[in-house]
Amino acid sequence: MKLNVNNAQHDVDADPRTPLLYVLRGDLKLNAAKFGCGLGQCGACTVLVNGEPVFSCVTPIALLEGKEITTLEGLGTEEKPAPIQQAFIESQAAQCGYCIPGMMMRAQALLQKNPHAGDAEIRAWLEPNLCRCGSHMRILRAIHRAQHIIRTAQRGEAG
Amino acid sequence: MSEIGTILSRRAVLAGSGALIFSFSSTAWAQENAAPAAAPTSAAPPPLPGSLKQAPFLDSWIRVDADGAITVFTGKAELGQGIKTALLQVAAEQLDANFDQLKIVTADTGRTANEGYTAGSHSMQDSGTAIMHAAAQVRQLLVAQAAQRAGVQPEQMTTDSGAVIAPDGRRFGYGDLVASEMLHVRASPQSKLKDPAQYKYLNRRIPRVDIPAKVTGGEAYVQDFRPDGMAHGRIVRPPSYGAVLDSVDTAAVEKMPGVIKIVRDGSFLAVVVEREFQAVEAMRALAAAARWQESGKLPDMTALPALLAELPAQDIKVIDQQQPAPANAKTIAATFTRPYVSHGSIGPSCAVAQLKDDVLTVWTHTQGVYPDRDAIAEMMRMPKDKVRCIHSQGSGCYGHNGADDAAGDAALLARALPGRPVRVQWTREQELGWEPYGPAMMVKVNAALDDSGKVADWDYTVWSNTHSMRPGPAGALIAARYLAEPFPEPKPFPIPMPEGGGDRNSNPIYKFPSMKVLHRFLPAMPIRVSALRSLGAYMNIFSIESFMDELAAAAGTDPVEFRLKHLDDPRAREVVSTAAERFGWSAKPRAGMPGHGSNYGYGFAFARYKNLAAYCAIACEVEVNHETGRARMVRAVAAVDSGQAVNPDGIANQIEGAILQSMSWTLYENVSFDDRRIISVDWATYPILRFSAVPDSMEVHIINRPGLPFLGSGEAGQGPAAAAVANAIANATGYRFRDLPITAERIKAAIGV
Repeated sequence: MKLNVNNAQHDVDADPRTPLLYVLRGDLKLNAAKFGCGLGQCGACTVLVNGEPVFSCVTPIALLEGKEITTLEGLGTEEKPAPIQQAFIESQAAQCGYCIPGMMMRAQALLQKNPHAGDAEIRAWLEPNLCRCGSHMRILRAIHRAQHIIRTAQRGEAG
Repeated sequence: MSEIGTILSRRAVLAGSGALIFSFSSTAWAQENAAPAAAPTSAAPPPLPGSLKQAPFLDSWIRVDADGAITVFTGKAELGQGIKTALLQVAAEQLDANFDQLKIVTADTGRTANEGYTAGSHSMQDSGTAIMHAAAQVRQLLVAQAAQRAGVQPEQMTTDSGAVIAPDGRRFGYGDLVASEMLHVRASPQSKLKDPAQYKYLNRRIPRVDIPAKVTGGEAYVQDFRPDGMAHGRIVRPPSYGAVLDSVDTAAVEKMPGVIKIVRDGSFLAVVVEREFQAVEAMRALAAAARWQESGKLPDMTALPALLAELPAQDIKVIDQQQPAPANAKTIAATFTRPYVSHGSIGPSCAVAQLKDDVLTVWTHTQGVYPDRDAIAEMMRMPKDKVRCIHSQGSGCYGHNGADDAAGDAALLARALPGRPVRVQWTREQELGWEPYGPAMMVKVNAALDDSGKVADWDYTVWSNTHSMRPGPAGALIAARYLAEPFPEPKPFPIPMPEGGGDRNSNPIYKFPSMKVLHRFLPAMPIRVSALRSLGAYMNIFSIESFMDELAAAAGTDPVEFRLKHLDDPRAREVVSTAAERFGWSAKPRAGMPGHGSNYGYGFAFARYKNLAAYCAIACEVEVNHETGRARMVRAVAAVDSGQAVNPDGIANQIEGAILQSMSWTLYENVSFDDRRIISVDWATYPILRFSAVPDSMEVHIINRPGLPFLGSGEAGQGPAAAAVANAIANATGYRFRDLPITAERIKAAIGV
């Protein structure tokens, strides 16, 4: 079947019941979405489907044909990081970093919907995602920083 | 084999430059946290600094290529604590090289020194100290070489940005100066270290070198490693400890798509499959087909204190300096308990192994490549030099999680499929159900206060299992214990003080005139246990610092003032005072004040980790909801003295993380089991901190000590954070909670709303 991942069409030869995570990691060799629980309980596997955060570990590809799937790799690169990536680097918002791509994708979905989300809204939005290292304060700081980067860029474009 | 090829070719390049292929001291590294005196037994010259004791050749640590590229080698592993960056800072500083010129190679039995485990907040003390001295001595050798070429005295030469500069301005790049074998020399006990006033890279917030790949989908973890031809292994673990595989009808599973092989050896059962989701499905089918005989009997999880008190104990006197208490002394007593606690890594353990040309290579996120290599070699009945373990990052481990076991699993599957790399990925349920937990513990303490409100006598007993069942021995690996020819579970040993295991930090740092501290070491382990971040220090500091608040209250003294009355170490006093001042401890504006359905409270705690490593004091505010009993940390302020700070942001990151992780252990966590099986095997049955409980603010103040030894800080916050939270809850509610975790249910039951 065909999957649209990061603005590219991919022919995927996999059982339609296969959760998206295994296709992303195994077939498309994308590293960012992580296996954390396989149960939809931790958020390490979070990607965007039509702009909404989705647990890719429990979402079969059968449901995804014709939809726009975005992973962290689709936002930017080490050389040209997206605002959310730049913000996480500048905030040094990681310890082991294993949960971080899922955190970033969930945050990205919020910033796309509401770039001006306040601190309480950001915290509530991140509730499904777990971090074990205790990087929460930095993750929050990084998301606020990403908002600032986005706003500054928009002002620059407007000016 | 692109990845493997890369690694080997880099090695070849290195081997051809400025250094010989090196050999390491065969001295076995002491068990985790054994006393620093556990050094080589050979008649050696004066002791070398840090891990130079184990690997005394300079080129075991630093190599310089002809093109000026510099490689730093460490036997420690990057666990997300930022050790790569911190060690590079140390090396760049003492070499006087540009930070960007340097690369680092971490724990690999084929390439780096044996530095034992990356544990116990030892990396900066052991590896950082070794690299600091090795780098300084390499610099001196390069200076001498340049001086000879320039025909001047070495004292007249200076160094800067990877070059030696002669008085006439001529520059000699390090790459031009280095020659074969030049760095293959033994380190000296003393080095010419830079004046801390000249530091360019220490005490600087250098961005971590590992973060960019982690936030852009780079290959950052062993989970991301996909060598060509890799197959996917999944293990079917027994349903309970000691269960025996009675029978398994594999016929249907063998016909499933992608299945290459079912591996059965005794009660070790696994399947190797072409694609990953096929492997998940085959594992599920195989698990359903397996018939087990369960015989295990687990203790009553609701009566752990009684269990600990009944288990046969080996008594270890930690401190025995008791004097008769004054006749009129006021005495109080208390008992503290904690349950089994999970490491709870977000990424379940994973490993890749390949058996090729009689050499077994294992990519693993173990904390100790050498001890894991030894365990795997023994289990596989292979010579050690035919097994190579390469550290590759995993999810944060916080101690001995499933990493070593997964490496053992992968090794067994690689043998079943010679030539092909096999990746083993544990499930969430396997990680939470089979990892070795932090042991349940109990503390009983009583103390006497004299007329002046000072502690006159202190009597403390801690009950605990061992806190390290790590490899070395094959039997430390789960798989080895279930093979047809099983390896026995190794005998547990207490880790001796001054570092200690269950008794770590049981020796109060406070000046008490009369003290008795007893460690009742419990060899029998009804639940699988091993090292969890800070070992016994978490529980001992929770108990001591909770009890210090109880004593302060009995003496009618402010808790911070009470601690200062018993502290004479000036660094300890400064950390305590700094945390209190920065927090605004004297103000406590909302103490006992009912808010909107909540009561606020303030708590303070302090410890010096192991009484040897970093000093850490934490003040915090909590709110306790009347209706739900839910406690939430509102804000926290920490002060830390890690000696010479290398990367202040790295230290802050560690302390922030320690506060939040320890708060999660303290408020929520408890491994659950019925009479046979572990039943807390996912995030619904083992809840941990979520964002709704994250504090509004947190500050970490670092007291830098230029030129003083590095003091490990990775675990320094665990104990103080627990006690600060407990003390704040007591302050908010008027009730003292001595049994962990301090759940909403327990608080609600006590405050009786």
